[in-house]
Amino acid sequence: MNEQNLLLNKIKKYDFALKELNLYLDTHPDCRRALDLFNRYLMFREKCLREYTERFGPIVPEQNRNSQHWDWIDGKWPWERR
Amino acid sequence: MWQYEKKLQYPVNIKNTNPKMAKIIMSQLGAADGELGASLRYLNQRYSMPYNEVKGLLTDIGTEELAHVEMISAILYQLTKGLSIDEIKRSGFDTYFVDHTTGIYPVAASGVPFTVAYFQSKGDIITDLHENMAAEQKARTTYDNILRLCDDPDVRDPIRFLREREIVHFQRFGEALRITQDKLNSKNFYACNPSYDVNCGKKK
Repeated sequence: MNEQNLLLNKIKKYDFALKELNLYLDTHPDCRRALDLFNRYLMFREKCLREYTERFGPIVPEQNRNSQHWDWIDGKWPWERR
Repeated sequence: MWQYEKKLQYPVNIKNTNPKMAKIIMSQLGAADGELGASLRYLNQRYSMPYNEVKGLLTDIGTEELAHVEMISAILYQLTKGLSIDEIKRSGFDTYFVDHTTGIYPVAASGVPFTVAYFQSKGDIITDLHENMAAEQKARTTYDNILRLCDDPDVRDPIRFLREREIVHFQRFGEALRITQDKLNSKNFYACNPSYDVNCGKKK
């Protein structure tokens, strides 16, 4: 697997952990252990995401940093085999 | 994948309830030219789009339409909040109330429930983009009709915003069609389907 996919898979894993904690926290809004885990995974995710968008372009349109071209539409879309 | 943002795309703050108006505006949620059908149309069509400009456009407009579903739902919610049984009977909202109380359910003003038969995903970029341009104009006409029937400025303001978005989307779909036709055989756009026929639109 290439570096782009490795990094993207890491982000996906953090996303999934965050989604599970999000749903749990919706029904347990005062659980400090879950809140702590949510913040921890969020930090990991942000670090990976920063590296990914700097090297491979945006995951959401708002991350487009190129002032010469709209990178958002470039490359493979998620439903295409990589 | 998708992320939800806890805000409306454009503010909805309606001071006076109006169940009769709610029944009319409901069409933009659950009728043939409504926002729910628009979103599902574009998000389903995007998989067979051969060009990145159009994949991006359908993803982004399909996503914006979901925000419009939320705005229409907010309008319906505020127009029907705290109604008395007497108001419900007098306004004709009783036929909706019996099935859904004041819950939000995608149905046309005429009472016909939402169905995916309202849209097509034909797997052909020229065909789908023409449907989308027509769909935006049909939604614009529906908003024009709502504005003809509604005199509350609190309701008219977000409706006018949504009407304007139909015009912008029509413009962008027109540009997507031009981009597509530039890449195809200019003498015969229908010579092949670039998402199905091998080598279509490319020099062999």
